[in-house]
Amino acid sequence: MKSVYAKLYMYLLYIFLYLPILVLIVFSFNASKSRANWTGFTFDWYIRLFNNEDILRSLVNTVIIAVAASVLATVLGTVAALGIHSMKKTPRSLIMGATYIPVINPEIIMGISLMLLFKFFVDYFGFKFGFVSLILAHISFDVPYVIYNVLPKLRTMNPNLVEAACDLGCNQRMAFFKVVIPEIMPGIFSGFLMALTYSVDDFVVSYFTSGVGVQTLSITIESMTRLKISPEINALSAIIFVVISAILITKNIIENRRLRHERNLVRLAMSKEASG
Amino acid sequence: MKTSKALAIPYIVWILIFTVIPLGLVVVFALTDSDGGFTLQNLFDMSSYMAVLFRSIIFAMIATVICLVLAFPAAYFISRARSFNQSTLIVFIMVPMWISFILRTYAWMTLLEPNGLINRFLGLFGIGPLNLINNAGAVILGMVYNYLPFMILPLYSVMVKIDQSVIEAAQDLGSSRLSLVRRVILPLSMPGINTGIIAVFIPSVSTFVISRMLGGGTNDLIGDLIESQFLGASYNPHLGSAMALVLMVVVLFMMSLFNQFGSEEEGTMI
Repeated sequence: MKSVYAKLYMYLLYIFLYLPILVLIVFSFNASKSRANWTGFTFDWYIRLFNNEDILRSLVNTVIIAVAASVLATVLGTVAALGIHSMKKTPRSLIMGATYIPVINPEIIMGISLMLLFKFFVDYFGFKFGFVSLILAHISFDVPYVIYNVLPKLRTMNPNLVEAACDLGCNQRMAFFKVVIPEIMPGIFSGFLMALTYSVDDFVVSYFTSGVGVQTLSITIESMTRLKISPEINALSAIIFVVISAILITKNIIENRRLRHERNLVRLAMSKEASG
Repeated sequence: MKTSKALAIPYIVWILIFTVIPLGLVVVFALTDSDGGFTLQNLFDMSSYMAVLFRSIIFAMIATVICLVLAFPAAYFISRARSFNQSTLIVFIMVPMWISFILRTYAWMTLLEPNGLINRFLGLFGIGPLNLINNAGAVILGMVYNYLPFMILPLYSVMVKIDQSVIEAAQDLGSSRLSLVRRVILPLSMPGINTGIIAVFIPSVSTFVISRMLGGGTNDLIGDLIESQFLGASYNPHLGSAMALVLMVVVLFMMSLFNQFGSEEEGTMI
């Protein structure tokens, strides 16, 4: 970015992206309920937030649902990826096409279609809306991301590795657990993380599949915004913002450091080559 | 390695139960009445909601175009930054994405209200208070704000692959800034543009939260109508399914215009 205009443009863009969030955070410390009038500093809204039963309960619900759904989706998706990997082109592209549906389908349609399915289960099998319906719904939109992350790892894996393991005395089973799984582990892990974040973040699908009993954090937040003024929402936003920024920035620093380290190694190797 | 195809069977069953059958149910509901008999009435009833559908499409198109215009230079500048700076700049594009879009939309409510910060600021200069919220502009602003990163990221991911020497070659051969963009950068960015258009248009055209929070009931979109047929006051899943079916047709039409996926399996989505 050389020109002044480019820099200016980027500054304005980041101001546009961050200013609304920063305003929310600033007013989480405001003594009065006003969202525009600064009347003094307070931590009250944070204290109230941590005493708010609804929020705490829905936070626990969100964690339970997100962890359960992403773990199950990771298992289902990894096993599926192994099967899909060994398929011929036509059935494979058919399945991958179907896998793509939850990714591209508008969330509201996914939400209402699953709601209709669960209603059907309620009518005919005595099913109840709640944790199970939420976890099933979350798995449905999580699985594609696991498959998208695991399949490329399978494809780039050296097929000779397994043969080598077998030559060295592994049976198929051992080769699978000692060679294949470690090879594709980074893909499994990033798929799991993606599933987890999508589950935590989800509002629309949960909104249609939760029934009345179980509320997730995003559903609780949404119902709080309907009451219009509630600075606890600001306090909650501030906490979420800090946590997410910390995670993403740490991840970025670690990756940059690794890149720099690798670069230095390459340089070192090259200088040795040149001198030796 | 020979993994067995049979490993895919649980997943195939899963897709059938949780993706195919639910969508089938939407179609069945759209084509039946509350007694379960076949009818086209729901689809005919849709005709009285055509204005809402039309508004949703127009709003989403405007938001998509604004996102494209804002994102194109941003993605280009980031892609030409030094590589260490690039990852930092991209992380700062992504941070807001991971904050619930309800909170991000709520933030704009705070700013746009009649006695909100922007109006108070304008008031210092004796302007206003202006009507900034509960209108079409506020809804479109909400879409742009929420989905702008969905445009920047795919654009960046194709632009970063454009070799600097290609750009320099065009400049050496006397291309002006405008023709450099029009004849080199734009064509090379096409896959990212298509992905970005789909990634912004689909959530925009189907939203119901943004329109409810920033539109104040005066600018209902098709998403609001569908929501109210399933969870709202006017409970009628048959009509709601007919609306959803029409929305799906709109989405499929957009996909057919801009589709980059499907042909190759790995998504370029984030």
